[in-house]
Amino acid sequence: MEEEFFLLLAVVATATGLLVVVAKNPIHSALALVACFVQVAALFILLGSPFLAVIQIFVYVGAVMVLFLFVIMMLDVQKEAKTRFLTPGAVPSLIVLLLLAGEMLFLLLQSDRLQTFRAASPPDQTQTPADISELSLLLFQDYLLPFEVASVILLVALVGAVVLAQADPEDNTHTSGEEAK
Amino acid sequence: MIPLSWYLILGAILFATGAAGVLLRRNVLIVLMSLELMLNSVNINLLAFGHQMQDLRGQIMAIFIIAITAAEVAVALGILVALLRNKHTLEVDDLTIMKG
Repeated sequence: MEEEFFLLLAVVATATGLLVVVAKNPIHSALALVACFVQVAALFILLGSPFLAVIQIFVYVGAVMVLFLFVIMMLDVQKEAKTRFLTPGAVPSLIVLLLLAGEMLFLLLQSDRLQTFRAASPPDQTQTPADISELSLLLFQDYLLPFEVASVILLVALVGAVVLAQADPEDNTHTSGEEAK
Repeated sequence: MIPLSWYLILGAILFATGAAGVLLRRNVLIVLMSLELMLNSVNINLLAFGHQMQDLRGQIMAIFIIAITAAEVAVALGILVALLRNKHTLEVDDLTIMKG
């Protein structure tokens, strides 16, 4: 049963991820990415981490993608949909990309250590999945300093985004005229 | 029970898809979204290994990745809005002004 769920979620996640790359309209890309993130959140539940699934929905779907959609709607997306893909530089990057994908899949499928790793540590069904209190204890005891650093980084990013996005005070009329256009 | 390699292969496929978006698309917004896709595939790998080894540190690292990603997106979109105000373009080819 779990395998069927995994296959369903993986197929939908792959298809929507592909749609993010090939869609012509950036809004379609953003909505496909939302769908992909929801699939990945469901995969997180399959992986026994429901807290991460909720965080994924809240942060990615609720905050990040809404921010993306705001920016897309603020900008003029109609005029720049003529050429979707890089035309001159496409061939070398395509080669690099195929090499990368082939290498990753080859290594994953051929890896002896991955096979032995799977055989050595059989997944034990008896052990209950780690619950959220252990996660919070680990996060707030052993990883307290990284947690605080991450919160400071978020604060700095907030201030930085506000400073970057606000218009220059001297040519305020000019930019407001541009945005109204 | 789903084998670990399935998750890793899914992560590899999503990573390659995101890399294709970063390398091949011209639109800066799509490039940023593909970057999100790549970060998310890394999260799948971390959680899969953490689940397999019954180790919570995979989840801890995924939490930090999500937090840093949120900060990165906020700054990137701020830069994008400022850039669009000054250059009036969203295509990455028109933004290569810093090459010597």
